[in-house]
Amino acid sequence: MATDLTQQGLGRSRQPHSGLAGPGAPSARHGVRGGLARRGPAQSLEGGLGWFSIGLGAAAVAAPRLVCWLSGTRSPTLMRLVGARELVAGIGILTQRDRTPWMWSRVVGDTFDLAALSVAFTRGSRRGRAGFALAAVAGVAALDVLAAVRLTGSTTGRALPAVSGQTDIYLERSVTVSKSPEECYRFWRSFENLPRFMRSLESVRHLDERRSHWVARGPMAMRLEWISQITADRPGEEVAWRTLDDSGAAHAGSVRFEPAPAGRGTIVRVSLHYSPLGGALGAGLVRLLGHDPQSSIREDLRRFKQVMETGEIPTTHGQPTGRRSLLGRVTRQWGLTS
Amino acid sequence: MKANIWYGREQLRVENVPDPKILNPRDAIVRITSTAICGSDLHIYDGYIPGMLPGDILGHEFMGEVVEVGPEVKNLKVGDRVVNPFPISCGACFFCQQSLYSLCENSNPNAWLAEKLWGHSPAGLFGYSHLLGGYAGGQAQFARIPFADVGPVKVPEDLSDEQVLFLSDVFPTGYMAAEQCNIRPGDTVAVWGCGPVGLFAIKSARLLGAERVIAIDRFPARLRKASQWADAETLNYEQVDVAQALEVMTGGRGPDACIDAVGMEGHAHGVFGTYDRLKQALMLDTDRPTALRQAITACRNGGTVSVPGVYGGFLDKIPFGAIVNRALTVRSGQTHVQRYLKPLLELIQKGSIDPSFVTTHRLRLEDAPRGYRMFRDKQDSCIKVVLKPWADVPTVDADQVQESGRILH
Ligand SMILES: NC(=O)c1ccc[n+]([C@@H]2O[C@H](COP(=O)([O-])OP(=O)(O)OC[C@H]3O[C@@H](n4cnc5c(N)ncnc54)[C@H](O)[C@@H]3O)[C@@H](O)[C@H]2O)c1
Ligand SMILES: [Zn+2]
Ligand SMILES: [Zn+2]
Repeated sequence: MATDLTQQGLGRSRQPHSGLAGPGAPSARHGVRGGLARRGPAQSLEGGLGWFSIGLGAAAVAAPRLVCWLSGTRSPTLMRLVGARELVAGIGILTQRDRTPWMWSRVVGDTFDLAALSVAFTRGSRRGRAGFALAAVAGVAALDVLAAVRLTGSTTGRALPAVSGQTDIYLERSVTVSKSPEECYRFWRSFENLPRFMRSLESVRHLDERRSHWVARGPMAMRLEWISQITADRPGEEVAWRTLDDSGAAHAGSVRFEPAPAGRGTIVRVSLHYSPLGGALGAGLVRLLGHDPQSSIREDLRRFKQVMETGEIPTTHGQPTGRRSLLGRVTRQWGLTS
Repeated sequence: MKANIWYGREQLRVENVPDPKILNPRDAIVRITSTAICGSDLHIYDGYIPGMLPGDILGHEFMGEVVEVGPEVKNLKVGDRVVNPFPISCGACFFCQQSLYSLCENSNPNAWLAEKLWGHSPAGLFGYSHLLGGYAGGQAQFARIPFADVGPVKVPEDLSDEQVLFLSDVFPTGYMAAEQCNIRPGDTVAVWGCGPVGLFAIKSARLLGAERVIAIDRFPARLRKASQWADAETLNYEQVDVAQALEVMTGGRGPDACIDAVGMEGHAHGVFGTYDRLKQALMLDTDRPTALRQAITACRNGGTVSVPGVYGGFLDKIPFGAIVNRALTVRSGQTHVQRYLKPLLELIQKGSIDPSFVTTHRLRLEDAPRGYRMFRDKQDSCIKVVLKPWADVPTVDADQVQESGRILH
């Protein structure tokens, strides 16, 4: 429902496939550059709020009494806790690949602060300052909700009108591998190798010369299947494909293998083209690639390079460690690997 | 097994953890016979290295006996005695192929994290933060060595552990620091810091033909080592004005090359010293580059500043104008240890150098926390601490362990 509304609001047709002209189309080249460079207004809003968290948090931890006095509240201990909370949220927003939960943690924090300030405002002796603080927090809370909703929208594939004026997303990443274009091509073209380095892929099966069946797993037990058809296949140079059915993963993609200068191996260039506004059609893929699709692709390419050059993917999973604190365990969940 | 584990600033505990296992085909497991504490470990101990997690096993200078090899490791077998280099390197990437092992593109599983801080990621290191891979370190009874077909070097039985142990880091580090100075006949090299890295840099500068080497520190025992071992002239910066002394000693021109073997926890008196300490304590700054500033300022026009000392982040008040206007060359890096293992082992075998000279303390692994404190505070004339992970097993005579924890030789 939400999808429909947004699409109407934007006045777009329900034709998510319209842009999927396949890689190499002029629009793709243009879009790729845009995708690499752009940091939309929404991202700077989150960044701003992250830094705000850190500033406020540092002040509340370092000078709780002063901040209490300024905000018309009473408990420096509570203020320290608020400060610690702000620091954690700020660091989360600024450093984590998926900022969404951290933005929401700010919203929850705002609710708490508003409640505490309301008490100070209605009962306290420093009503003037509490009232001012209340108004300020309410304003910040509104920004937090806005940022959090936008982020949530972008991760689940719902529309984000403020982020981009365009419907389609073009991504391109590359990596240099010390192997010949032919070796890279051969490994990649055997699609059943792909799950070795593409983290969210579970399996790829060749159906016939041109078609293959893909199974992927995403966050929260999500499972996606689709059938891809090869649209270009030039040995040692390029493989391109596009999805055939509307399984929720509609996309077109290509991988090109270009000899790097002076015998420095091969530049492997992947581009993907999909449509986040495609409602059910593109939503699955959007969730699969996560909040930061550029990084997901980069990490997959990094693992491709590792497999090609070293025959394995370096890991620390399963090595001994001392006792991990809660923080340590959470941090590892964020993507650190031991 | 027992391992020395970091739980926070100045909080180390030696605890039992599971033994390491082979996780990848090119892994090997070694039973560690000797392992050392490095000046780099002190930066972790003092809480200045970002990306540490409570529960991390420390240590990157270790050697031992191979007890297990993965199916793809063809050059090592169970029973081999090896010294392990501290960078983890695949041997096949663009950088490894140019012998720039500490820049390996494939060995840091958390490369994205390092990219956030530094733009690109260097190699993974043992026991040196999650920024550099989060690999379990070697201050333990066993360690897992990834890419074991590239890193470890076999060492002959007739050399003692301590003669070869420092091939894992500080000897090659001092050597590379001196090599980067591109020493020519007649050159004077000044070295800030007479810890193990500084001492090996001083000795190596001599081996590479420096006419004069000037050692700078404030601990008499360390300065004495520098003059005894490598015939260095010494400056105690608490007694003389280093800048002025260097100028006088070099005929007004300045040393041809300056080596900063101090790193991010430089010590200083006076306004600059207080300023750096304050900024670092408030986390406005990551490093205290006292020695680096002096080295740049003192270096002769067109000379080389070589920086083995470790810095982590953003440095304040570095006289970059001097670098540009006086055409200085600055060279640095984590050491490409693999590149130096064989040639330096040969120097040891020939008797040109005996690295065991830097060791002052031999402790059991259990005493690691005390070893760190002693080394950090330079108590008891401590220069280098070697830990023995199996010392309480009967092969080593327990009576040798004195009250002070020092095992006599
Ligand atoms: N690049 C590498 O690969 C690599 C490898 C090993 C160690 N390191 C680094 O080398 C540095 C030294 O290591 P170490 O094991 O010798 O440590 P260390 O602590 O034993 O030595 C440091 C010495 O510097 C002296 N010092 C401090 N401030 C000074 C100043 N202003 N002027 C002159 N001397 C000063 C200290 O008194 C001490 O003797 C550390 O930063 C360490 O991280 C780098
Ligand atoms: Zn070291
Ligand atoms: Zn490599």
